Amino acid sequence: MTSWLLRRLIQALFVVLAMTVIVFLGVNVIGNPVDILISPQADQAERARAIIALGLDRPIWEQYGTFLWSAMQGDLGKSFVFNEPALRLIASRMPATLELAVTAVLLSIVLGIPLGLYAGLRPQSLGGRLIMAGSIFGFSLPTFWVGLMLIMVFAVQLGWLPSTGRGQTETLFGVPWSFLTRDGLAHMVMPATNLALGNIALVLRLTRAGVRETLPMDYIKFARAKGLGPARVLFVHVMKNILIPIVTVIGLEFGSIIAFAVVTESVFAWPGMGKLIIDSINVLDRPVIVAYLMMIVFLFIFINLIVDLLYTVLDPRVRLDSRE
Amino acid sequence: MKEETPFTRFRKEFAESPLAVLGLVVVLIIAALALLAPLITPQNPYDLAQLDIMDGRLAPGAKSADGLTFWLGTDDQGRDMLSGIIYGLRISLGVGIGSAVVAGIIGSSLGLAAAYFGGRLETAIMRLVDLQLSFPAILVALMILAVLGKGVLNVMLAITLVEWARYARTARGAALVERRREYIEAAECLALPRWRLLFRHLLPNCMPPLIVIGTIQIARAITLEATLSFLGLGVPITEPSLGLLIANGYQYMLSGKYWISFYPGIALLTTIVAINLVGDQLRDVLNPRLKR
Repeated sequence: MTSWLLRRLIQALFVVLAMTVIVFLGVNVIGNPVDILISPQADQAERARAIIALGLDRPIWEQYGTFLWSAMQGDLGKSFVFNEPALRLIASRMPATLELAVTAVLLSIVLGIPLGLYAGLRPQSLGGRLIMAGSIFGFSLPTFWVGLMLIMVFAVQLGWLPSTGRGQTETLFGVPWSFLTRDGLAHMVMPATNLALGNIALVLRLTRAGVRETLPMDYIKFARAKGLGPARVLFVHVMKNILIPIVTVIGLEFGSIIAFAVVTESVFAWPGMGKLIIDSINVLDRPVIVAYLMMIVFLFIFINLIVDLLYTVLDPRVRLDSRE
Repeated sequence: MKEETPFTRFRKEFAESPLAVLGLVVVLIIAALALLAPLITPQNPYDLAQLDIMDGRLAPGAKSADGLTFWLGTDDQGRDMLSGIIYGLRISLGVGIGSAVVAGIIGSSLGLAAAYFGGRLETAIMRLVDLQLSFPAILVALMILAVLGKGVLNVMLAITLVEWARYARTARGAALVERRREYIEAAECLALPRWRLLFRHLLPNCMPPLIVIGTIQIARAITLEATLSFLGLGVPITEPSLGLLIANGYQYMLSGKYWISFYPGIALLTTIVAINLVGDQLRDVLNPRLKR
């Protein structure tokens, strides 16, 4: 276990290093940092001074070393637009995104599992078929268009829900949250649903497939034969076995939910890191872009590690060392 | 009685699902619309001389000053939405199919090479595939466009880099099975050159799963392009795809002018769903495990 963890951490370190190289080369070699970092109004002398000040006259490997060194100290530069350290800026937007992502995950569990159970227990029924047909839309509809349609129907036509923004927030642990106020919750309904749709479909399909596979098993027949009620068979015997793949997928999908929040946040003008990165790309605020990319890489590696660890907890048959 | 060729059997099996046939018909109609755009649209949406700003944001069915009917309304520039959508389809399909095909060629070649040569090359390629697939497509595309900036070619490059890995994995899986077959050994005994063995003997036999992946990847590429364009990172405003048309209408939706976003969205949706229906049926027909 310890040796496995150590190996994984070293692997993760290499991925992070590789990403810093890619991001650094992307920004500094493919794009020209002089054009990006120095105001276009600057004259020749100012440009030359700025190039030396930024260390852009040094050889590329030396520049990379400086970049890596300051990155390790948590310094990824200052945002041109907000004139704030890029990392702090992203950290300040992160709670909004996390709040949305966690709500979306909860929604996909609360809706996806019961719907999947129903469709799995009654595959031939009208309801079961409707659920399966509906789940295809959950996969194939483009997220941003669904978001627009939600706004059109529920905000513009019916006027039930607010269309954009975070609404009123309440501070907890020094961070503003929307889920603590009624207004904030109302603002969260549509973006969270929009973000959750694809995952509801995924969880639903996994649950259904799991139920269909598990029901004909001998141990289920045996549980029934010994006189257990259908509820106990379903929730203890069936559920316990199908939860493993579901938990894995939900864990892995958490990362892609955060990635897709970029789209949802843009549609609903939700002030999270996704909206920040799109705005930053549009105005070429490179330090923020670099900081966001590095942050996301860290997050992904972390999530993958946690999911692998969860696996052993859920299924004792999985031995991490033997999977290498 | 005429003997059944593999192709007629394939056609018969494909036609067993009426939905898939409908999907195929829709795909063909959309492709024809996109190809023939200049001939059939009532207006050339790029020709500024044909646009009149006074016709801006007209509701569907309204008539312009010179008697042209805007069946799907107009956008803020007074552009006929129907014409805009058909031209937009051209760009969406072009970018989608183009990048899916390029990704297919690169991905399949690498996958085949990995399976055939094995060893270090295989490890290197498959590690790259794993790394690529552990990040969501939208994020990878975002990274690439953040560095390269927008533009049709950059979007295609981003989608290609996102999609090649899935082809590589599929091609390797199929090729691992095929390379142990006798015909490969026979070809090796004939001392055929490597490239010929790979592309004339191995590749054709790995095609069925690649075709299935290919159809679905085209739909994914179209969706990704639309999403990127919607975010303002995709195609430039001079070559509006469906995603950009939808983005243009976004600001007017809150005032109830739904058609500027709604109809391009319907066109996008129809395209994606139709391609997916065809892909689903292809998967069933081409899957040897489901052979009846």
